[in-house]
Amino acid sequence: MKVGVLALQGAFDRHAQELSLAGATPLEIRGPKHLEDVDALIIPGGESTTILKLAESLGVRDLLNDQIQDGLPVLGTCAGMIVLSKAIIDGRDDQNPLGSIDIDVRRNGYGRQLASFEADLQITGFETPFRGVFIRAPLVERAGKDVEVLASVEGNPVFCRQEKIMTTSFHPELVSDGRIHELFLELAFASS
Amino acid sequence: MNEAVRETGTQLVKRGLAEMLKGGVIMDVVDAEQARIAEDAGAAAVMALERVPSDIRKDGGVARMSDPEMIEGIKSAVTIPVMAKARIGHFAEAQILQSLEVDYIDESEVLTPADETHHIDKWAFEVPFVCGATNLGEALRRISEGACLIRSKGEAGTGNIVEAVRHIRAITGDIRKITQADNAELFDWAKKLQSPLPLIQEISETGRLPVPIFCAGGIATPADASLVMQLGAESVFVGSGIFKSEDPAQRAQAIVEATTNFADAEKLAKVSRGLGEAMPGLEIENLETRLSDRGW
Repeated sequence: MKVGVLALQGAFDRHAQELSLAGATPLEIRGPKHLEDVDALIIPGGESTTILKLAESLGVRDLLNDQIQDGLPVLGTCAGMIVLSKAIIDGRDDQNPLGSIDIDVRRNGYGRQLASFEADLQITGFETPFRGVFIRAPLVERAGKDVEVLASVEGNPVFCRQEKIMTTSFHPELVSDGRIHELFLELAFASS
Repeated sequence: MNEAVRETGTQLVKRGLAEMLKGGVIMDVVDAEQARIAEDAGAAAVMALERVPSDIRKDGGVARMSDPEMIEGIKSAVTIPVMAKARIGHFAEAQILQSLEVDYIDESEVLTPADETHHIDKWAFEVPFVCGATNLGEALRRISEGACLIRSKGEAGTGNIVEAVRHIRAITGDIRKITQADNAELFDWAKKLQSPLPLIQEISETGRLPVPIFCAGGIATPADASLVMQLGAESVFVGSGIFKSEDPAQRAQAIVEATTNFADAEKLAKVSRGLGEAMPGLEIENLETRLSDRGW
């Protein structure tokens, strides 16, 4: 199971560690040629403006878009969720997300760093709570009818899935709890 | 359904933002326009300050926290995190910066120190702190005071990478030696580095600093960024190097791309082309003031 981690900027090394622990082989993606032989992809947290900008200038964006449309399973966390969303509210005017999952997100919707928080989340299918770490996190303001909401905080979705795309507002790579990475790998490799 | 209880200001949350800044470039900016240029170029965060280090060096006098109005202006100009500097030991400046809701405070040797014995007690704050260090002992003392991110100091405002290299090598070199030490030797390392034993023991187990390590002070070119990233830095701070160069927007973008592709010489050659003049550099031995000597 070769799983790419988009390594343009952000917490990509922590995702790679979690993937190794879950039995997958992580590959750092910095250019289009790295995308060629991955079976799934993680877009990490970081700054979405930086990641989208570099995806464009380093020539990753178009190929990535094609592969997602062809069914590449993707997990996007925090900035990764913003990158995959349909529309960004309060972002930069020129910030153009990939539109891979039918959600609209508000950048820094939970506030600046002082409002960053951790909280126990009840996640569908998990027997015990999962510790969610939210850092200048995006707020999901709309989730389309094809989107399954797997966890919420105060009524707002924080963990969404649509077919083989999963997104979280929080950072599963920062806590030593591999359940979300395992769930993603199950989703990605269930049929293949 | 039970509602989640939100805990703010935890170590995980404070160190977490540093994790999100990895592989990125944090740029010094003095006004909203520069902040927008930095964000356009792909900066992961900006550092709001009144004068870049090379001007502080030139102007002399006491360098202090920036005007809150200027910090607010930069905050409203960009969507990326905004950091600001407080003087070493000046906890009142830090309290003001926290009330302004900056995303990170840099307790910085670039400003004139306010206390020659004590650094700020950073555990007392909800906002995270970054501090400079020239060696591992200094880094661990800052972490024990509550810093959530360490940057090697270098010599700010010189455009000369030699001190940054010295400091990042000093830190990563001692980390490598500690991973080879036996238990009895760890006590001696704690004594030698004037650092808490539990942090030394943690390094011997993990082989890394307990918080991310970034590099600052003297980075002026894409190759400089690549050099320090290859030496173990996880991100770079660029101060005077961008806005004191001939073409700041282009240089900023080149340094961002170089930081992502720090190990790819072909990419580095491509982004280094035609950037115009870099900032004028200074020889370290001719400096009147060495900013990196500040901090204890």
